Amino acid sequence: MTDQPTSSVGPEIPLERGMQQGLAKITTPSESTALRTGLFTLGSSLIAIVIALAISALLLWATGKNPWDAFSKISSTATDSDKLLETMLRATPLIFSATAVAVGFKMNLFNIGVEGQYLFAALIAATVGSRVNLWSPLHVLFILFVAMAAGAFWAGIAAVLKVTRGVNEVISTIMLNYIALSIIQWLFENWFRDNEAQGLNVKTKLIPASGRMPDIVDGRLGGMFLVALLVSFLYWVLVFKSRFGFRLRSSGLNSGAAKTSGIGANRMIVIALLISGAIAGLVPMQNMLSEVYSYGPNATPTQLGFAGIAVALLGRNHPVGIVTAALLFGFLDSTSAELQLAGIPSSIVKVMQAIIVLTVVIVNEAAIRRLNKRTAERTAARLVMVGAPA
Amino acid sequence: MSTVDTTPQLEPVGTGGLAGRIGSKRVRLLAIALVMLALLSIARIWTDEQGVTSAGTTGAALRLMIPIMLAGMAGLWAERCGVLNIGIEGMMILGSWFGGYGAWQYGAWVGLLMGIAGGMLGGLIHAIATVHFNVDQVISGVTINILGLYGARYLSDWKYGDRTDSGVSQSPGQRSSIPKFDVPILSGGDLFGWRSPNTLGWLERKHWFVLGDVGGIGHGLTSNLSWATVIAVALVPLSSWILWRTRFGLRLRSSGEAPTAAETLGVKVLRVRYAGLIISGAFAGFAGGILAIVASSYYRQGQTAGRGFIGLATMIFGNWMPMGVLGGAALFGYAEAIKFVARDSIPALFVFITFVAGVMLILSLKRMKLLSAVTAAVAGGLFLTAYLTVSRVPESLAQSVPYVTTLIVLASASQRLRPPAMAGVKYRPGESH
Repeated sequence: MTDQPTSSVGPEIPLERGMQQGLAKITTPSESTALRTGLFTLGSSLIAIVIALAISALLLWATGKNPWDAFSKISSTATDSDKLLETMLRATPLIFSATAVAVGFKMNLFNIGVEGQYLFAALIAATVGSRVNLWSPLHVLFILFVAMAAGAFWAGIAAVLKVTRGVNEVISTIMLNYIALSIIQWLFENWFRDNEAQGLNVKTKLIPASGRMPDIVDGRLGGMFLVALLVSFLYWVLVFKSRFGFRLRSSGLNSGAAKTSGIGANRMIVIALLISGAIAGLVPMQNMLSEVYSYGPNATPTQLGFAGIAVALLGRNHPVGIVTAALLFGFLDSTSAELQLAGIPSSIVKVMQAIIVLTVVIVNEAAIRRLNKRTAERTAARLVMVGAPA
Repeated sequence: MSTVDTTPQLEPVGTGGLAGRIGSKRVRLLAIALVMLALLSIARIWTDEQGVTSAGTTGAALRLMIPIMLAGMAGLWAERCGVLNIGIEGMMILGSWFGGYGAWQYGAWVGLLMGIAGGMLGGLIHAIATVHFNVDQVISGVTINILGLYGARYLSDWKYGDRTDSGVSQSPGQRSSIPKFDVPILSGGDLFGWRSPNTLGWLERKHWFVLGDVGGIGHGLTSNLSWATVIAVALVPLSSWILWRTRFGLRLRSSGEAPTAAETLGVKVLRVRYAGLIISGAFAGFAGGILAIVASSYYRQGQTAGRGFIGLATMIFGNWMPMGVLGGAALFGYAEAIKFVARDSIPALFVFITFVAGVMLILSLKRMKLLSAVTAAVAGGLFLTAYLTVSRVPESLAQSVPYVTTLIVLASASQRLRPPAMAGVKYRPGESH
């Protein structure tokens, strides 16, 4: 919270100075408190996951399935080396969508519209990408750029509505999700679809080989995983280490105070939503540049935007947390086939994910309250010790 | 905590004399409605598209608006007690699943009750998370949407996965259905065994100016009515009465406007919010139940189709007032009905909107309001061109009408809307001094 120690002690009466120093000692967070808070966060997350597993077990048991079977099935697949690659593959789009949501959260904005932004970006990037011919790495970069621009454009509508007309972004992005769906359908059916494709397999024109992302492991893991890690790292630098990030976070925490120190809230809202939308545009790229090389209503995955919200919440908007949470979700998703074979409905995996998120936010809230109470008590005790008036 | 941010927002200036003007306000509303009807009638006769006000269209509009209206009421009950409810969609999914299951196992009425109970379960989870643990209200709502979506899938897997008459994405058909009736005398229903005349239906078939429209709309609203629809519509004035005329309603609204002040007066804010959210869940569950039992005869995956979010939109549209929700839902229901039942009538609506814009233009010129005159002229011109050039509106774009309308309303009227002051703000009793 407070980055600078409050020890600007001038030439004052010694007694007061002593008190001030004492206060500074109390109010400045030391290394050990930061560590303790970190451990506290980790501990509360683990407790939440254990509670969530217990609730899921109860649900399985109540519906006549053996929870032990399900959990042992899930844990036995964890040791499978193939699973690791699949987990990383499935985590890739989740890292993008969770990071997109997290950028908004840091500015106190809730971008529920990642879903619409990435689907819109998918259609535009596939259409544009299939119509140009460029030198290979440049072609890939060009498609990524177009996708980011399209995602930012769609998020920008919500930003403009919020800044100029005061429309709450939660409602506007929900509405824009549905509007995106119908515009995408209209554009696709009337102009962008490839008329040679038939049946359920309708798609846009295929992106030529020069526009495809090389694999890390042939056919198992696409290069977008590395891009996801890179974006995650850039998110960390931008939001946690740069001056811009400081402005973003302070504006999100207290826009009034930020405004007083010269940070315009409106500008930050627009920038944050544009960045959020641009990252959202990368969500479908794993699928598009390494798997289907096009956009299609049945080829492009949906619901990743909402999964991203869950991952961002679970990862507490921190890049390390997000990557970890995305890997956890990716792993759970990857076990669904085995579960189905074992006679356990695979949808339990998604239910478990939702329960995990709900318990994590609840336990987090309870933990923060306890931590604050403890800090307050400790501070009060020290105040008594240094003899400050209560 | 300073006292500033807990002070409830003042009512907009000018509402003081409202009580004295209510009579004239009603007269004005009636006059506006009559003028609208006349314009609609001219548009119908000019374009010869009887579907605009036919009983078929209005009947469909009524059936389509009910789930949206109930979802809007779910949002209203939650926000009036001070908690945002983004999770209506998820609660509706739970309601439709339990509704479909109950109707298949025990019959339609039990199904409806089970649907309501399913929604209440969602409301309870939302209350535990937001009221008890103070979790961010939007986050809790989003999680409930995910939980409802995949929870219903899991339940379907469990109950219907191995059956041949149903499957993982739908339930078997219902055992019995909710009875329907025609209103006697107005629409030819039975009255103690006597078959009464179908007055409105007769009027509709005459296609006279205005009277034909009254007949069509009236006949649509009074024939082939499901009892569930009647109950749903009755819940709107009932909610209005509870919220504005009872002690419980006053406490509930004060929890949404000024929880701290309510607390000092002895209102158990947390308990009231629990009650409000469970009622909210019940409305959402009822909406889902009606989708599975009345609008269809079985539960189907994806049945709610975003209606929970349109419901939220109608709540905003209706300025957090029950009658406003009813009106907003009617508008969206009508738009959907036109799309399904009378697609060819859309050009007639373009003509109607052009007329309305024309009237607005004249009015704002008379009042010397240049900006609104220009807006009206541009809108009128756009819709006139649309009528002259577009012969068929693409289905895909027509789907987005409710959502675009909501954005336009929010963007243009957000200054005049007044949500409950403390809806969405975290609150713990005893923490503000």
